[in-house]
Amino acid sequence: MKRVYVNEEWCLGCHLCEYYCAFAQTNQVSMARALKGRKIHPHIRVEESGAVHFAVSCRHCEIPLCVKGCITGALSIDDGIIKVDESRCIGCFTCILSCPYGAISPSPDGHAARKCELCQATAAGVPLCAANCPNQAIVYEDRG
Amino acid sequence: MEYAIIGNSAAAIGCVEGIRKIDKAGEIAIVSSEPHHTYARPLISYLLQGKTTEEKMKYRLEGFYEENGCSLLAPRTAVSIDTAAKSVTLDGGEELRYNKLLVATGSTPFTPKMQGLENVSEDDKHFFMSLDDARKLASRISKESKVLIIGAGLIGLKCAEGIAGRVKSINVVDLAPRILSSILDAEGASLIQERLEFNNIRFHLATSVQSFESSNNKSAYGATLANGEELGFDQLVLAVGVTPSVELAKNAGIEASRGIMINSKMQTSAPDVYAAGDNTMSFDVSSGQSKVLALLPNAYIQGECAGVNMAGGDASFENAIPMNAIGFFGQHVLTAGTYEGEVFVSSSKDCWKKLFVSGDVLKGFMIIGDPSRAGIYTNLVRERTSLSSIDFDLLREQPVLAAFAKPWRSANLGGAH
Repeated sequence: MKRVYVNEEWCLGCHLCEYYCAFAQTNQVSMARALKGRKIHPHIRVEESGAVHFAVSCRHCEIPLCVKGCITGALSIDDGIIKVDESRCIGCFTCILSCPYGAISPSPDGHAARKCELCQATAAGVPLCAANCPNQAIVYEDRG
Repeated sequence: MEYAIIGNSAAAIGCVEGIRKIDKAGEIAIVSSEPHHTYARPLISYLLQGKTTEEKMKYRLEGFYEENGCSLLAPRTAVSIDTAAKSVTLDGGEELRYNKLLVATGSTPFTPKMQGLENVSEDDKHFFMSLDDARKLASRISKESKVLIIGAGLIGLKCAEGIAGRVKSINVVDLAPRILSSILDAEGASLIQERLEFNNIRFHLATSVQSFESSNNKSAYGATLANGEELGFDQLVLAVGVTPSVELAKNAGIEASRGIMINSKMQTSAPDVYAAGDNTMSFDVSSGQSKVLALLPNAYIQGECAGVNMAGGDASFENAIPMNAIGFFGQHVLTAGTYEGEVFVSSSKDCWKKLFVSGDVLKGFMIIGDPSRAGIYTNLVRERTSLSSIDFDLLREQPVLAAFAKPWRSANLGGAH
Protein backbone atom coordinates (compact mmCIF):
# COMPACT_ATOMS: atom_id res chain seq x y z
CA MET A 1 0.00 0.00 0.00
CA LYS A 2 1.16 3.55 -0.71
CA ARG A 3 2.04 5.53 2.39
CA VAL A 4 3.62 8.85 3.28
CA TYR A 5 7.27 8.54 4.29
CA VAL A 6 9.60 11.24 5.49
CA ASN A 7 13.33 11.66 5.27
CA GLU A 8 14.46 14.12 7.89
CA GLU A 9 17.85 14.60 6.23
CA TRP A 10 16.09 16.43 3.42
CA CYS A 11 13.49 18.32 5.42
CA LEU A 12 14.04 22.07 5.22
CA GLY A 13 11.55 22.84 7.98
CA CYS A 14 9.58 25.06 5.61
CA HIS A 15 6.15 23.89 6.91
CA LEU A 16 4.72 23.94 3.37
CA CYS A 17 3.35 20.43 3.97
CA GLU A 18 1.20 21.79 6.79
CA TYR A 19 -0.25 24.45 4.52
CA TYR A 20 -0.90 21.99 1.69
CA CYS A 21 -2.58 19.63 4.14
CA ALA A 22 -4.87 22.39 5.36
CA PHE A 23 -5.51 23.42 1.74
CA ALA A 24 -6.36 19.85 0.71
CA GLN A 25 -9.00 19.73 3.43
CA THR A 26 -10.79 22.75 1.95
CA ASN A 27 -11.23 21.23 -1.53
CA GLN A 28 -10.80 24.70 -3.01
CA VAL A 29 -8.92 25.74 -6.10
CA SER A 30 -6.85 28.65 -4.82
CA MET A 31 -4.62 28.04 -1.83
CA ALA A 32 -4.32 31.74 -1.09
CA ARG A 33 -8.05 32.22 -1.12
CA ALA A 34 -8.64 29.09 0.94
CA LEU A 35 -6.14 29.84 3.69
CA LYS A 36 -5.52 33.59 3.79
CA GLY A 37 -6.08 34.95 7.26
CA ARG A 38 -7.20 31.57 8.62
CA LYS A 39 -5.66 29.53 11.40
CA ILE A 40 -4.73 26.20 9.86
CA HIS A 41 -5.34 22.76 11.36
CA PRO A 42 -3.11 20.39 9.42
CA HIS A 43 -2.98 16.64 9.93
CA ILE A 44 0.74 16.67 9.33
CA ARG A 45 3.05 18.59 11.59
CA VAL A 46 6.67 19.62 11.32
CA GLU A 47 8.65 19.02 14.48
CA GLU A 48 11.71 21.13 15.09
CA SER A 49 14.43 20.65 17.63
CA GLY A 50 17.71 22.46 17.07
CA ALA A 51 18.95 21.57 13.60
CA VAL A 52 16.55 18.63 13.28
CA HIS A 53 13.22 19.00 11.55
CA PHE A 54 10.86 16.45 10.12
CA ALA A 55 7.19 15.98 9.35
CA VAL A 56 4.91 13.55 11.15
CA SER A 57 1.56 12.28 9.94
CA CYS A 58 -0.49 9.12 10.40
CA ARG A 59 1.53 6.00 9.60
CA HIS A 60 -1.62 4.01 8.74
CA CYS A 61 -0.18 1.28 10.92
CA GLU A 62 -0.89 -2.33 10.11
CA ILE A 63 -1.60 -2.82 13.81
CA PRO A 64 -3.50 0.40 14.50
CA LEU A 65 -3.92 0.90 18.23
CA CYS A 66 -6.24 3.85 17.53
CA VAL A 67 -8.72 1.66 15.65
CA LYS A 68 -8.54 -1.17 18.16
CA GLY A 69 -9.03 1.19 21.08
CA CYS A 70 -11.80 3.33 19.56
CA ILE A 71 -14.73 3.09 21.94
CA THR A 72 -17.37 4.03 19.38
CA GLY A 73 -16.30 2.25 16.23
CA ALA A 74 -15.82 5.61 14.49
CA LEU A 75 -12.29 4.68 13.46
CA SER A 76 -11.95 1.98 10.85
CA ILE A 77 -9.55 0.62 8.29
CA ASP A 78 -10.71 1.05 4.70
CA ASP A 79 -8.34 -0.57 2.20
CA GLY A 80 -5.44 0.01 4.58
CA ILE A 81 -6.35 3.67 5.17
CA ILE A 82 -7.39 4.56 8.69
CA LYS A 83 -10.43 6.80 8.64
CA VAL A 84 -12.60 8.62 11.16
CA ASP A 85 -16.36 8.73 10.80
CA GLU A 86 -16.88 12.08 12.50
CA SER A 87 -20.59 11.53 12.84
CA ARG A 88 -19.96 8.59 15.16
CA CYS A 89 -16.95 10.07 17.02
CA ILE A 90 -17.79 11.61 20.38
CA GLY A 91 -14.36 13.15 20.99
CA CYS A 92 -13.24 11.02 23.95
CA PHE A 93 -9.74 10.98 22.42
CA THR A 94 -8.90 7.41 23.36
CA CYS A 95 -7.30 7.36 19.90
CA ILE A 96 -5.07 10.31 20.79
CA LEU A 97 -4.11 8.46 23.98
CA SER A 98 -3.34 5.36 21.90
CA CYS A 99 -1.35 6.73 18.94
CA PRO A 100 2.41 6.29 19.43
CA TYR A 101 3.14 9.01 16.86
CA GLY A 102 0.90 11.76 18.13
CA ALA A 103 -0.67 11.83 14.67
CA ILE A 104 -4.34 12.28 15.63
CA SER A 105 -5.68 15.70 16.66
CA PRO A 106 -8.87 17.09 18.09
CA SER A 107 -10.98 18.88 15.49
CA PRO A 108 -10.83 22.70 15.84
CA ASP A 109 -14.09 22.71 17.82
CA GLY A 110 -12.95 19.72 19.88
CA HIS A 111 -15.97 17.56 19.11
CA ALA A 112 -14.20 14.79 17.22
CA ALA A 113 -10.83 13.36 16.29
CA ARG A 114 -9.21 14.16 12.96
CA LYS A 115 -6.32 12.65 11.09
CA CYS A 116 -4.60 12.16 7.76
CA GLU A 117 -6.64 10.01 5.41
CA LEU A 118 -4.07 10.27 2.60
CA CYS A 119 -6.17 12.88 0.77
CA GLN A 120 -8.24 10.12 -0.81
CA ALA A 121 -11.50 11.99 -0.32
CA THR A 122 -10.12 15.36 -1.43
CA ALA A 123 -10.21 16.95 -4.86
CA ALA A 124 -6.51 16.19 -5.32
CA GLY A 125 -6.86 12.47 -4.56
CA VAL A 126 -3.18 12.17 -3.63
CA PRO A 127 -1.45 13.51 -0.50
CA LEU A 128 -0.65 17.15 -1.24
CA CYS A 129 2.01 17.22 1.49
CA ALA A 130 4.15 14.82 -0.51
CA ALA A 131 3.22 16.18 -3.93
CA ASN A 132 4.33 19.67 -2.93
CA CYS A 133 7.34 19.03 -0.71
CA PRO A 134 10.03 21.19 -2.36
CA ASN A 135 12.86 18.85 -1.41
CA GLN A 136 11.14 15.48 -1.63
CA ALA A 137 11.62 14.99 2.08
CA ILE A 138 8.07 13.68 2.06
CA VAL A 139 7.20 10.99 -0.44
CA TYR A 140 4.12 8.93 -1.18
CA GLU A 141 5.30 5.46 -2.08
CA ASP A 142 4.47 1.77 -1.92
CA ARG A 143 7.23 0.18 0.07
CA GLY A 144 5.32 -3.01 0.76
CA MET B 1 -20.76 -24.43 15.13
CA GLU B 2 -17.08 -23.76 14.52
CA TYR B 3 -16.92 -20.81 16.89
CA ALA B 4 -19.12 -19.72 19.76
CA ILE B 5 -18.80 -16.38 21.51
CA ILE B 6 -20.60 -15.57 24.73
CA GLY B 7 -20.92 -11.79 24.81
CA ASN B 8 -21.56 -9.10 22.21
CA SER B 9 -19.40 -6.12 23.18
CA ALA B 10 -15.84 -5.05 22.42
CA ALA B 11 -14.12 -8.37 23.22
CA ALA B 12 -16.68 -10.35 21.22
CA ILE B 13 -16.45 -8.04 18.20
CA GLY B 14 -12.65 -8.10 18.45
CA CYS B 15 -12.87 -11.89 18.40
CA VAL B 16 -15.01 -11.93 15.25
CA GLU B 17 -12.58 -9.59 13.51
CA GLY B 18 -9.64 -11.68 14.73
CA ILE B 19 -11.21 -14.92 13.47
CA ARG B 20 -11.95 -13.35 10.09
CA LYS B 21 -8.32 -12.35 9.62
CA ILE B 22 -7.55 -16.05 9.35
CA ASP B 23 -10.73 -17.95 8.65
CA LYS B 24 -13.14 -16.29 6.24
CA ALA B 25 -15.81 -18.96 6.39
CA GLY B 26 -16.11 -20.84 9.70
CA GLU B 27 -19.51 -20.28 11.28
CA ILE B 28 -19.68 -18.00 14.31
CA ALA B 29 -22.49 -17.90 16.86
CA ILE B 30 -22.73 -14.94 19.22
CA VAL B 31 -24.79 -15.37 22.37
CA SER B 32 -25.97 -12.10 23.89
CA SER B 33 -28.28 -11.62 26.84
CA GLU B 34 -29.06 -8.10 25.62
CA PRO B 35 -31.54 -7.80 22.74
CA HIS B 36 -29.42 -5.30 20.80
CA HIS B 37 -27.06 -4.98 17.90
CA THR B 38 -23.54 -4.51 19.31
CA TYR B 39 -23.30 -1.03 20.75
CA ALA B 40 -20.63 1.16 22.32
CA ARG B 41 -21.37 0.72 25.99
CA PRO B 42 -19.48 3.83 27.19
CA LEU B 43 -21.71 5.95 24.97
CA ILE B 44 -24.82 5.59 27.10
CA SER B 45 -24.02 8.84 28.92
CA TYR B 46 -23.63 10.64 25.58
CA LEU B 47 -26.99 9.22 24.56
CA LEU B 48 -28.65 10.82 27.60
CA GLN B 49 -26.81 14.03 26.83
CA GLY B 50 -28.17 13.98 23.30
CA LYS B 51 -24.67 13.83 21.80
CA THR B 52 -25.30 10.53 20.05
CA THR B 53 -28.24 8.40 19.01
CA GLU B 54 -28.96 4.71 19.38
CA GLU B 55 -28.26 4.39 15.66
CA LYS B 56 -24.91 6.20 15.83
CA MET B 57 -23.77 4.37 18.94
CA LYS B 58 -23.70 1.02 17.17
CA TYR B 59 -20.17 -0.28 17.76
CA ARG B 60 -20.16 -1.81 14.28
CA LEU B 61 -22.41 -0.79 11.42
CA GLU B 62 -25.69 -2.46 10.57
CA GLY B 63 -24.88 -5.52 8.50
CA PHE B 64 -21.84 -6.46 10.56
CA TYR B 65 -23.13 -9.90 11.50
CA GLU B 66 -24.18 -10.81 7.96
CA GLU B 67 -20.93 -9.57 6.45
CA ASN B 68 -18.95 -11.62 8.95
CA GLY B 69 -21.01 -14.79 8.78
CA CYS B 70 -22.22 -14.51 12.38
CA SER B 71 -25.52 -15.62 13.79
CA LEU B 72 -26.58 -13.46 16.69
CA LEU B 73 -28.55 -15.34 19.31
CA ALA B 74 -30.18 -12.54 21.30
CA PRO B 75 -31.60 -12.15 23.80
CA ARG B 76 -30.24 -15.49 24.92
CA THR B 77 -28.23 -16.27 28.01
CA ALA B 78 -25.62 -18.98 28.36
CA VAL B 79 -26.39 -20.91 31.53
CA SER B 80 -23.60 -23.49 31.53
CA ILE B 81 -20.54 -24.66 29.64
CA ASP B 82 -19.52 -28.30 29.32
CA THR B 83 -15.86 -28.11 28.38
CA ALA B 84 -15.55 -31.88 27.88
CA ALA B 85 -18.54 -32.15 25.53
CA LYS B 86 -17.64 -28.74 24.05
CA SER B 87 -21.11 -27.34 24.32
CA VAL B 88 -22.85 -24.36 25.85
CA THR B 89 -26.33 -24.71 27.29
CA LEU B 90 -28.58 -21.72 26.65
CA ASP B 91 -31.61 -20.58 28.56
CA GLY B 92 -34.44 -22.77 27.35
CA GLY B 93 -32.15 -25.79 27.38
CA GLU B 94 -30.83 -25.53 23.84
CA GLU B 95 -27.29 -26.89 23.30
CA LEU B 96 -24.77 -24.91 21.29
CA ARG B 97 -21.82 -27.05 20.24
CA TYR B 98 -18.48 -25.45 19.47
CA ASN B 99 -14.97 -26.23 18.36
CA LYS B 100 -13.60 -23.04 19.92
CA LEU B 101 -15.30 -20.90 22.52
CA LEU B 102 -14.75 -17.34 23.70
CA VAL B 103 -16.12 -16.32 27.08
CA ALA B 104 -16.59 -12.55 26.96
CA THR B 105 -19.21 -12.10 29.63
CA GLY B 106 -17.95 -8.72 30.81
CA SER B 107 -18.85 -7.44 34.21
CA THR B 108 -21.91 -6.91 36.34
CA PRO B 109 -22.74 -3.86 38.42
CA PHE B 110 -22.12 -4.43 42.07
CA THR B 111 -24.95 -3.84 44.54
CA PRO B 112 -23.64 -2.77 47.89
CA LYS B 113 -25.37 -3.80 51.06
CA MET B 114 -27.04 -0.65 52.30
CA GLN B 115 -29.71 -0.41 54.91
CA GLY B 116 -33.15 0.37 53.57
CA LEU B 117 -32.19 -0.07 49.89
CA GLU B 118 -35.40 -2.09 49.50
CA ASN B 119 -37.35 1.08 50.34
CA VAL B 120 -36.41 2.46 46.92
CA SER B 121 -38.69 0.90 44.29
CA GLU B 122 -37.08 -0.95 41.37
CA ASP B 123 -38.45 1.67 38.98
CA ASP B 124 -36.53 4.39 40.80
CA LYS B 125 -33.32 2.43 41.31
CA HIS B 126 -30.83 2.27 38.47
CA PHE B 127 -27.56 0.85 37.34
CA PHE B 128 -25.69 2.64 34.55
CA MET B 129 -24.02 -0.07 32.51
CA SER B 130 -26.25 -0.93 29.59
CA LEU B 131 -28.43 0.64 26.93
CA ASP B 132 -31.49 -0.66 28.75
CA ASP B 133 -30.24 0.98 31.96
CA ALA B 134 -29.92 4.28 30.11
CA ARG B 135 -33.36 3.95 28.53
CA LYS B 136 -34.93 3.22 31.90
CA LEU B 137 -33.18 6.13 33.60
CA ALA B 138 -34.19 8.45 30.75
CA SER B 139 -37.80 7.37 31.14
CA ARG B 140 -37.79 8.16 34.86
CA ILE B 141 -36.15 11.59 35.00
CA SER B 142 -37.63 15.02 34.45
CA LYS B 143 -36.71 18.64 35.11
CA GLU B 144 -38.06 18.10 38.63
CA SER B 145 -35.98 15.01 39.42
CA LYS B 146 -33.63 14.91 42.35
CA VAL B 147 -31.04 12.27 41.57
CA LEU B 148 -28.75 10.58 44.06
CA ILE B 149 -25.74 8.79 42.62
CA ILE B 150 -23.77 6.37 44.79
CA GLY B 151 -20.23 6.24 43.46
CA ALA B 152 -17.97 9.01 42.14
CA GLY B 153 -16.07 6.79 39.72
CA LEU B 154 -16.08 6.85 35.93
CA ILE B 155 -19.56 5.35 35.62
CA GLY B 156 -21.24 7.48 38.28
CA LEU B 157 -19.75 10.71 37.00
CA LYS B 158 -20.43 10.05 33.33
CA CYS B 159 -24.00 9.35 34.38
CA ALA B 160 -24.05 12.66 36.26
CA GLU B 161 -22.78 14.51 33.20
CA GLY B 162 -25.28 12.71 30.98
CA ILE B 163 -28.29 13.86 32.95
CA ALA B 164 -26.96 17.19 34.29
CA GLY B 165 -29.08 19.32 31.97
CA ARG B 166 -32.20 17.23 32.39
CA VAL B 167 -32.83 17.10 36.14
CA LYS B 168 -33.27 19.47 39.08
CA SER B 169 -30.40 18.27 41.26
CA ILE B 170 -27.65 15.68 41.37
CA ASN B 171 -25.95 14.58 44.56
CA VAL B 172 -23.03 12.16 44.46
CA VAL B 173 -21.90 10.17 47.49
CA ASP B 174 -18.64 8.22 47.66
CA LEU B 175 -16.71 6.52 50.41
CA ALA B 176 -13.41 7.67 48.89
CA PRO B 177 -12.13 11.11 49.88
CA ARG B 178 -11.81 12.12 46.22
CA ILE B 179 -13.64 11.57 42.96
CA LEU B 180 -12.31 9.33 40.15
CA SER B 181 -10.03 7.63 42.66
CA SER B 182 -9.14 4.85 40.22
CA ILE B 183 -7.52 7.21 37.72
CA LEU B 184 -6.64 10.49 39.48
CA ASP B 185 -4.77 11.62 42.57
CA ALA B 186 -6.18 14.19 44.97
CA GLU B 187 -4.88 17.18 43.03
CA GLY B 188 -6.16 16.00 39.66
CA ALA B 189 -9.46 14.92 41.16
CA SER B 190 -10.03 18.35 42.67
CA LEU B 191 -9.64 19.99 39.24
CA ILE B 192 -12.38 17.81 37.79
CA GLN B 193 -14.55 18.09 40.88
CA GLU B 194 -14.46 21.85 40.47
CA ARG B 195 -15.65 21.52 36.89
CA LEU B 196 -18.48 19.19 37.91
CA GLU B 197 -19.53 21.41 40.82
CA PHE B 198 -19.63 24.34 38.43
CA ASN B 199 -22.25 22.32 36.56
CA ASN B 200 -24.38 21.93 39.68
CA ILE B 201 -23.29 18.46 40.70
CA ARG B 202 -22.88 18.25 44.49
CA PHE B 203 -20.44 15.93 46.21
CA HIS B 204 -20.51 14.19 49.57
CA LEU B 205 -17.14 12.47 49.84
CA ALA B 206 -15.48 10.28 52.45
CA THR B 207 -18.92 9.26 53.62
CA SER B 208 -21.57 6.70 52.82
CA VAL B 209 -25.29 6.19 53.00
CA GLN B 210 -26.25 4.82 56.38
CA SER B 211 -29.86 4.21 55.50
CA PHE B 212 -32.49 4.89 52.88
CA GLU B 213 -35.91 6.00 54.03
CA SER B 214 -39.08 5.57 52.04
CA SER B 215 -40.09 9.20 52.37
CA ASN B 216 -38.60 12.56 53.05
CA ASN B 217 -40.51 15.87 53.52
CA LYS B 218 -40.37 17.00 49.93
CA SER B 219 -39.00 14.00 48.09
CA ALA B 220 -39.99 10.44 47.38
CA TYR B 221 -37.05 9.08 49.36
CA GLY B 222 -34.47 10.14 51.86
CA ALA B 223 -30.87 9.08 52.48
CA THR B 224 -29.09 9.55 55.78
CA LEU B 225 -25.34 9.76 55.40
CA ALA B 226 -22.73 8.58 57.89
CA ASN B 227 -21.65 12.21 58.33
CA GLY B 228 -25.17 13.10 59.49
CA GLU B 229 -26.36 14.81 56.31
CA GLU B 230 -29.81 14.02 54.99
CA LEU B 231 -30.51 14.06 51.27
CA GLY B 232 -33.90 13.89 49.59
CA PHE B 233 -34.09 12.18 46.19
CA ASP B 234 -36.48 10.49 43.83
CA GLN B 235 -34.13 8.57 41.55
CA LEU B 236 -31.17 6.51 42.74
CA VAL B 237 -28.21 5.42 40.61
CA LEU B 238 -25.94 2.71 41.99
CA ALA B 239 -22.47 3.11 40.52
CA VAL B 240 -20.20 1.73 43.22
CA GLY B 241 -18.35 -0.57 40.87
CA VAL B 242 -18.50 -3.70 38.80
CA THR B 243 -17.68 -7.34 39.38
CA PRO B 244 -16.21 -9.48 36.61
CA SER B 245 -18.82 -12.00 35.45
CA VAL B 246 -16.91 -15.21 36.11
CA GLU B 247 -19.59 -17.54 37.47
CA LEU B 248 -20.33 -19.23 34.16
CA ALA B 249 -16.64 -20.05 33.68
CA LYS B 250 -16.04 -20.99 37.30
CA ASN B 251 -18.99 -23.36 37.29
CA ALA B 252 -17.47 -25.04 34.26
CA GLY B 253 -14.28 -25.66 36.22
CA ILE B 254 -12.33 -22.95 34.41
CA GLU B 255 -9.65 -21.42 36.58
CA ALA B 256 -10.57 -17.96 37.85
CA SER B 257 -9.71 -15.65 40.71
CA ARG B 258 -11.36 -12.25 40.60
CA GLY B 259 -11.30 -12.67 36.83
CA ILE B 260 -10.78 -15.63 34.52
CA MET B 261 -7.13 -16.66 34.33
CA ILE B 262 -5.75 -16.45 30.78
CA ASN B 263 -2.31 -16.70 29.19
CA SER B 264 -0.89 -14.29 26.62
CA LYS B 265 -2.86 -16.12 23.91
CA MET B 266 -6.10 -15.61 25.84
CA GLN B 267 -6.44 -19.34 26.53
CA THR B 268 -8.14 -20.35 29.74
CA SER B 269 -7.35 -23.48 31.75
CA ALA B 270 -9.89 -25.43 29.65
CA PRO B 271 -8.90 -26.67 26.19
CA ASP B 272 -10.34 -24.66 23.30
CA VAL B 273 -11.88 -22.14 25.67
CA TYR B 274 -10.63 -18.58 25.47
CA ALA B 275 -11.62 -15.51 27.47
CA ALA B 276 -11.33 -11.77 26.86
CA GLY B 277 -12.58 -8.49 28.27
CA ASP B 278 -13.70 -7.24 31.64
CA ASN B 279 -14.14 -10.78 32.97
CA THR B 280 -10.42 -11.65 32.75
CA MET B 281 -7.26 -11.08 34.72
CA SER B 282 -4.74 -9.06 32.72
CA PHE B 283 -1.07 -8.64 33.38
CA ASP B 284 -0.45 -4.90 33.71
CA VAL B 285 3.13 -4.37 32.53
CA SER B 286 3.29 -0.90 34.09
CA SER B 287 2.82 -2.24 37.62
CA GLY B 288 3.91 -5.83 37.09
CA GLN B 289 0.66 -6.99 38.64
CA SER B 290 -2.13 -9.21 37.50
CA LYS B 291 -5.41 -7.34 37.70
CA VAL B 292 -8.79 -6.80 36.12
CA LEU B 293 -8.40 -4.09 33.47
CA ALA B 294 -11.99 -3.26 32.64
CA LEU B 295 -11.16 -1.03 29.67
CA LEU B 296 -12.60 -1.09 26.21
CA PRO B 297 -9.27 -0.99 24.29
CA ASN B 298 -8.00 -3.87 26.39
CA ALA B 299 -11.17 -5.87 25.75
CA TYR B 300 -10.98 -5.39 22.00
CA ILE B 301 -7.29 -6.28 21.76
CA GLN B 302 -7.76 -9.37 23.93
CA GLY B 303 -10.77 -10.44 21.90
CA GLU B 304 -8.98 -9.97 18.60
CA CYS B 305 -5.97 -11.88 19.87
CA ALA B 306 -8.23 -14.72 21.04
CA GLY B 307 -9.99 -14.76 17.67
CA VAL B 308 -6.77 -15.08 15.69
CA ASN B 309 -5.68 -17.99 17.89
CA MET B 310 -9.10 -19.65 17.80
CA ALA B 311 -8.87 -19.65 14.00
CA GLY B 312 -5.48 -21.34 14.08
CA GLY B 313 -3.30 -18.22 13.83
CA ASP B 314 -0.63 -17.20 16.27
CA ALA B 315 -1.18 -14.01 18.25
CA SER B 316 -0.26 -12.92 21.71
CA PHE B 317 -0.96 -9.83 23.77
CA GLU B 318 1.59 -9.11 26.43
CA ASN B 319 1.69 -5.40 27.07
CA ALA B 320 -1.61 -4.45 28.61
CA ILE B 321 -1.68 -1.25 30.65
CA PRO B 322 -4.43 0.72 32.32
CA MET B 323 -5.40 3.68 30.12
CA ASN B 324 -8.35 6.02 30.16
CA ALA B 325 -9.45 8.93 28.04
CA ILE B 326 -12.56 10.59 29.32
CA GLY B 327 -14.05 14.04 29.35
CA PHE B 328 -16.32 16.00 31.65
CA PHE B 329 -18.06 19.12 30.39
CA GLY B 330 -15.35 19.66 27.80
CA GLN B 331 -12.44 19.04 30.13
CA HIS B 332 -10.33 16.11 28.95
CA VAL B 333 -8.70 13.62 31.28
CA LEU B 334 -6.10 11.26 29.82
CA THR B 335 -4.29 8.79 32.03
CA ALA B 336 -2.20 5.66 31.62
CA GLY B 337 -0.01 3.30 33.58
CA THR B 338 0.84 3.28 37.26
CA TYR B 339 1.46 6.21 39.53
CA GLU B 340 4.70 5.34 41.25
CA GLY B 341 8.20 6.81 41.34
CA GLU B 342 9.54 10.31 40.91
CA VAL B 343 6.87 12.82 39.95
CA PHE B 344 7.29 15.53 37.33
CA VAL B 345 4.50 18.07 37.47
CA SER B 346 3.77 20.83 35.02
CA SER B 347 0.86 23.14 34.92
CA SER B 348 -0.21 25.78 32.45
CA LYS B 349 -3.46 27.46 31.52
CA ASP B 350 -4.29 24.69 29.05
CA CYS B 351 -2.83 21.62 30.65
CA TRP B 352 -2.07 20.04 34.00
CA LYS B 353 0.29 17.09 33.75
CA LYS B 354 1.99 14.63 36.07
CA LEU B 355 4.56 12.11 34.86
CA PHE B 356 5.76 9.24 37.06
CA VAL B 357 9.28 7.91 36.47
CA SER B 358 10.93 4.94 38.12
CA GLY B 359 13.85 2.71 37.16
CA ASP B 360 14.56 4.51 33.86
CA VAL B 361 11.03 4.06 32.55
CA LEU B 362 7.89 6.19 32.44
CA LYS B 363 5.50 4.31 34.70
CA GLY B 364 2.43 6.39 34.15
CA PHE B 365 0.92 9.84 33.67
CA MET B 366 -2.13 11.98 34.18
CA ILE B 367 -3.09 14.81 31.86
CA ILE B 368 -6.00 17.15 32.39
CA GLY B 369 -6.68 19.61 29.60
CA ASP B 370 -4.90 19.61 26.25
CA PRO B 371 -4.83 15.99 25.02
CA SER B 372 -2.37 16.68 22.19
CA ARG B 373 -0.10 13.77 21.35
CA ALA B 374 -0.58 12.05 24.71
CA GLY B 375 -0.14 8.69 22.97
CA ILE B 376 3.58 9.37 22.70
CA TYR B 377 3.69 9.09 26.51
CA THR B 378 1.39 6.06 26.50
CA ASN B 379 3.77 4.32 24.12
CA LEU B 380 6.70 4.90 26.49
CA VAL B 381 4.69 3.34 29.32
CA ARG B 382 3.50 0.42 27.20
CA GLU B 383 6.91 -0.33 25.67
CA ARG B 384 8.82 0.42 28.89
CA THR B 385 11.21 2.47 26.77
CA SER B 386 14.52 3.21 28.45
CA LEU B 387 14.40 6.93 29.24
CA SER B 388 18.18 7.18 29.01
CA SER B 389 17.86 6.21 25.32
CA ILE B 390 15.75 9.30 24.60
CA ASP B 391 15.80 13.02 25.43
CA PHE B 392 13.49 12.85 28.41
CA ASP B 393 14.11 16.47 29.41
CA LEU B 394 12.59 17.52 26.10
CA LEU B 395 9.81 14.97 26.37
CA ARG B 396 8.87 16.09 29.85
CA GLU B 397 8.01 19.49 28.45
CA GLN B 398 5.85 18.11 25.69
CA PRO B 399 5.32 14.81 23.90
CA VAL B 400 7.42 15.06 20.73
CA LEU B 401 9.13 12.54 18.49
CA ALA B 402 12.20 14.78 18.29
CA ALA B 403 13.07 13.36 21.70
CA PHE B 404 13.66 9.93 20.18
CA ALA B 405 16.98 8.82 18.69
CA LYS B 406 17.29 9.38 14.96
CA PRO B 407 17.36 5.65 14.06
CA TRP B 408 13.99 5.26 15.76
CA ARG B 409 12.56 8.05 13.65
CA SER B 410 14.07 6.70 10.44
CA ALA B 411 12.62 3.28 11.15
CA ASN B 412 9.20 4.53 12.16
CA LEU B 413 8.61 7.58 9.98
CA GLY B 414 10.76 6.68 7.01
CA GLY B 415 10.39 2.92 6.91
CA ALA B 416 7.68 0.42 6.10
CA HIS B 417 5.13 -0.68 8.66
